[in-house]
Amino acid sequence: MTLPVLILQFVASGLTTGSTYALIAIGFSLIHNATGIVNFAQGEFVMLGGMFMITFYTFLKIPMLFSFLLTVAAVGGVGMLLERGPLRRAKSKEILVLVMITVGASIVIRALSMMVWGKNPMTLAPFSGEAPFIILGAAVMPQSLWIFGITVFVVTGLNYFFKRTLTGKAMRAVAASRRSAILTGIPVDRMIFLSFTLSGAVGAVAGIILTPITTTSYDVGVMLGLKGFSAAILGGYGSMPGAVLGGFLLGVLESLGAGLVSSEYKDALAFLILLMVLFLKPSGILGRGKLRRV
Amino acid sequence: MEKKNKICLICYAVVVFITPVFLGNNYHLMVLNVAAVNIIVVLGLNLLMGYAGQISLGHAAFFGLGAYLSGILTTTCGFPPWPTILLSILVTGAVAYAIGIPTLKLEGHYLVMATLGFNVIVYIVMIQFDKVTGGPSGFPGIPHLRIGGFVLNSDRRMYYLLWSISMGVLLLSLNLIRSRVGRAMAALSHNEVAAMCSGIDTEKYKIGIFVMSAMLASLAGSLYAHYITFISPGTFSIFFSLQLITMVLVGGMGSLWGSVFGALLLTALPEWLHAVKQYNLLIYGLVLMIVLVFFPQGLFPAILQIWEKRRVVVPVGTAQSQQGPRV
Repeated sequence: MTLPVLILQFVASGLTTGSTYALIAIGFSLIHNATGIVNFAQGEFVMLGGMFMITFYTFLKIPMLFSFLLTVAAVGGVGMLLERGPLRRAKSKEILVLVMITVGASIVIRALSMMVWGKNPMTLAPFSGEAPFIILGAAVMPQSLWIFGITVFVVTGLNYFFKRTLTGKAMRAVAASRRSAILTGIPVDRMIFLSFTLSGAVGAVAGIILTPITTTSYDVGVMLGLKGFSAAILGGYGSMPGAVLGGFLLGVLESLGAGLVSSEYKDALAFLILLMVLFLKPSGILGRGKLRRV
Repeated sequence: MEKKNKICLICYAVVVFITPVFLGNNYHLMVLNVAAVNIIVVLGLNLLMGYAGQISLGHAAFFGLGAYLSGILTTTCGFPPWPTILLSILVTGAVAYAIGIPTLKLEGHYLVMATLGFNVIVYIVMIQFDKVTGGPSGFPGIPHLRIGGFVLNSDRRMYYLLWSISMGVLLLSLNLIRSRVGRAMAALSHNEVAAMCSGIDTEKYKIGIFVMSAMLASLAGSLYAHYITFISPGTFSIFFSLQLITMVLVGGMGSLWGSVFGALLLTALPEWLHAVKQYNLLIYGLVLMIVLVFFPQGLFPAILQIWEKRRVVVPVGTAQSQQGPRV
């Protein structure tokens, strides 16, 4: 393969993984906007997405579409539980305490998943065949198209939800200013609850579409969560278009780095980028610089 | 220093130095030695969490940096151990400084993620850079420490060194929080804006504490490497960072004596609960969550509070000072 084709190949696979990073980053943004906390269990939502899908589709033989919906509902439910349970009951509402509670929750989810699904990696069949398409000399798996398509669908749907529906607008109001949202009569508690559910659902989608190309096991959540967070920071934390842009960019950079420089340090690259963004422009590409209010 | 602390310290020192006499079993000594190493890290981490209001999920990496630098430099390059420990501390401090400068300017959770990312990078390098680090199978043959001609090659000999150092760190930390710097840090943890307005350079203090706690972790790592004489990447994964944080939280953020308690308890507990090893992860996660949800000020302070409530005669002043800063 010539270098341009090779690069095209890397970009194609980068956009594929980048799509899932984008979805994970959106999950982070949803919760951050509603509550101001970083949800460390976000990666675990993705892992659960893959695991539930395998359980419903491969083991219980439920038709794919229903399995998909069931999985999304199940992980959305886990997000709900996380908010209704420990986070709402926490005696201290300090951001750092809440953040550490999500860290604890992520460990518990990981440990329980290990008991339920075991330690071995599990696979999920691709949605439609494995014969690659050749686009401009680069081989693209059908699953990549599914991933890309579903991501675009989810992003468009969320965009519609936030721009056009009353609930979506209310959620944006909570993100803009919690206090004014309360004053205008928006049920802020319900919006927070909703953003956790939504975040779980988006995480589940990412897990379902990613698993056929990467396989999954109980401990993939940490890495995926970190990558998604890096993507969110890269694009501008809390910004929805930023999350998408950051996800794609990170995916492509990572794929190029792994292909052209060194594949052993592929996972380290994402964090190097994260540290560099924090160093150079902590508000990210699309984020607005934050004024410190007193 | 406060009179009560002085008495506590003396009692503590006496107990610590007498304990090995009653322990014939080297295994128990080893658990205690590891606890001493953990206490050093946890004290540093507690200063960061309880007084700077910052959480680091990368202390296992700083610990590992100290261990690997000491191990590699003394074994492969033939450096003398003691100066190498100092060098490792300085290098780790510089690394922490580089991470702290961009992230500590931002809100708290950026440091959490940056240090978590850093821990992952360090872990990957330990495994992948196998020509130097020995890769996943670890790095053996690290020399024992020696003082003059006296080689510290048994659990009992190391016990006195490790516990002396851990008590020294406790003493320094107790003094630090009662100094001008400590009061500035306490102000910072109560209300950062108010601290800023009263002329405290909060950023400088935050970075200072972060670097110091990383250096303490590095010291502990070096000591650990020279004690066990074998290190492997598994010890320095994120899970150890989480264990350290759990130790701080169980002991209570801001309570230094609590940290000693937390580190001892959580180092010894998994050893007693050998039978349930596969539930280790679950237990840690649950403890972390339960403590945070129900006792955000820490398990140890909560126990103390209940105990002091039952003894009505306790003067108000001492009951207050037990709590440490609320975070």
